[in-house]
Amino acid sequence: MKKYLVIVLLALAPVCAFAAGGHGVHLDHANIDPTNRQSLQRGASLFVNYCLSCHSASLMRYEHMGNDLGIDEKLVSENLIFTGGKVGDLMTVATAPDDAKIWFGTVPPDLTVIARARGVDWLYTYLRSFYRDDSRHIGTNNLVFPDVGMPNVLWELQGIQEPVITTVKEDDGTEVKVVELELAEQGTLTPVEFDRTVRDLVNFLDYLGEPAKHDRRALGTKVVLFLLFFLVLAYMLKRDYWKDVH
Amino acid sequence: MGEKWNKGLLGWIDARFPLSKMWNEHLAEYYAPKNFNFWYYFGSLALMVLVLQIVTGIWLTMNYKPDAEMAFNSVEYIMRDVNWGWLIRYMHSTGASMFFIVVYLHMFRGLIYGSFKKPRELIWIFGMIIYVCLMAEAFMGYLLPWGQMSYWGAQVIISLFGAIPGIGDALALWIRGDFVIADATLNRFFAFHVIAVPIVLLALVVLHILALHEVGSNNPDGVDIKKHKDENGIPLDGIPFHPYYTVKDIVGVAVFLIVFSIIVFFAPEMGGWFLERDNFIPADPLKTPEHIVPLWYFTPFYAILRAVPDKFLGVVAMGGAIFVMFLLPWLDRSPVKSIRYRGTIYKVAIGIFVISFIALGYLGTQPATPTATNFARLFSVLYFGFFLSLLIIPKFEKTKPVPDRVT
Repeated sequence: MKKYLVIVLLALAPVCAFAAGGHGVHLDHANIDPTNRQSLQRGASLFVNYCLSCHSASLMRYEHMGNDLGIDEKLVSENLIFTGGKVGDLMTVATAPDDAKIWFGTVPPDLTVIARARGVDWLYTYLRSFYRDDSRHIGTNNLVFPDVGMPNVLWELQGIQEPVITTVKEDDGTEVKVVELELAEQGTLTPVEFDRTVRDLVNFLDYLGEPAKHDRRALGTKVVLFLLFFLVLAYMLKRDYWKDVH
Repeated sequence: MGEKWNKGLLGWIDARFPLSKMWNEHLAEYYAPKNFNFWYYFGSLALMVLVLQIVTGIWLTMNYKPDAEMAFNSVEYIMRDVNWGWLIRYMHSTGASMFFIVVYLHMFRGLIYGSFKKPRELIWIFGMIIYVCLMAEAFMGYLLPWGQMSYWGAQVIISLFGAIPGIGDALALWIRGDFVIADATLNRFFAFHVIAVPIVLLALVVLHILALHEVGSNNPDGVDIKKHKDENGIPLDGIPFHPYYTVKDIVGVAVFLIVFSIIVFFAPEMGGWFLERDNFIPADPLKTPEHIVPLWYFTPFYAILRAVPDKFLGVVAMGGAIFVMFLLPWLDRSPVKSIRYRGTIYKVAIGIFVISFIALGYLGTQPATPTATNFARLFSVLYFGFFLSLLIIPKFEKTKPVPDRVT
């Protein structure tokens, strides 16, 4: 019967590879560290300053975030809540959906579980892929999400990127346009600092998507260790009972 | 034994309810073959997962809101604001996929050891009805989180009913309760998912086990242990289910729970196979996702559906792929039950069937490109071909002699 198991496992191998795959654009690896609390705190600060004025995170409470990230209640209400709400409130947004629709052409999506829908690599690449595009009314465009309604809200930090289009001939003779982005005007951060800043923000978005992730892994180790111990006992019990079966 | 049990509380109960009698009939004096192997863990595991799903389901119901406006948010509320809500939810979502893994392995065991053959045809039929109910249960449960994949998956599957000539559109409308998947659909799916189907499932499980205990368990050798009994009428190759198989199944439970916990605690999405990415986007009737994929346990049948060019015939083929399994006891008439004593040709056929089923499952998750569709057609033919081949294989198959007693 072992033969069949091997066949099943082999047949599953390409399936697993597929599940990890993504869409056309090459995505940079976000390389976040969910255990780095300082990174998460910086990310929280970036999030409430740059994202929360248009996007909501309306399924998350400020208090929950403060407790998980080690930010005390007073700091949260003084520095992270701009809507005048209480710490127990949900992270909603003041912008009315109808206004947002007029301004951006679409209602900015709620960001509570965006990291679970898009993946951290996508977010990390997306937030670093805005470029100047004078043909659009907002003046910017994005490589990862073409014609996106959102302008580059981090432009002060990043500066302005310009597209550099080169035509590359493939082996089979077809011409492919390759767009690369070049920093035309540096912002207040160097490119290395900016990448780190986006990484902090994405780290926070990942936390926001699943606040229980840290607890889950910590508890999981204990549960699995207990079950391994239980398995040994169960096996010994079975062996003892089965002594007289021949 | 009876004498002793006539006293005390148990005696009082036994005088009014057949407690000891049932205990003996189904556990302490139910004689099971002593040679059960790896494949025999999955029956008791399926029962355990069923209980797990019911218990976690009850607790989820305490905070879930079956309302199109609130469903998605209530799931995230469970994940964040309900104490241990994330654990209960992940146990339930992981349990759903694990249920199918366990049931598929359980069915495969029945297939290779001929456990569906006379006198166990009804056990197989009850089991198949359980499987169909389980698919309905999983399908309706998957709508409840009200994400994009919940919504559009349900939209695609229910539109299949629309392919039935004449009554199709009216039937699809009647099932949905609206012109598209909407609040009315969510409400009725919730009612079926938490009440109707679980009741039917529990009743069927009782029938499945009663039928099994009436005729006794098959075994990896496919021999009848009741042919050789000792002077007390106890099968020589049988051992009481309790305590022998209860303690053995605890080992299986421990191994299963380790695998289960590793998924729940370290990979609850299973790379998008147990919880799909698009389902973290709230259902939007105006935005169709690029790529609508049913959950992995439906994909073999979905691939068969798409392999047929005509929509209605595709639905017929998909239904046929499930229905043909019901017929197994009457398709395979070989007197030899276990694969151990069957001919090479049968083993090859089983191998082709397993490969086809897995390949169809994979293709069902892929975009329907012309190449993929051609492969799906090939494997669909092989899938049905396997069942047809069972009719003729016994006619020229060289089987090995079946032993008299279990080995």
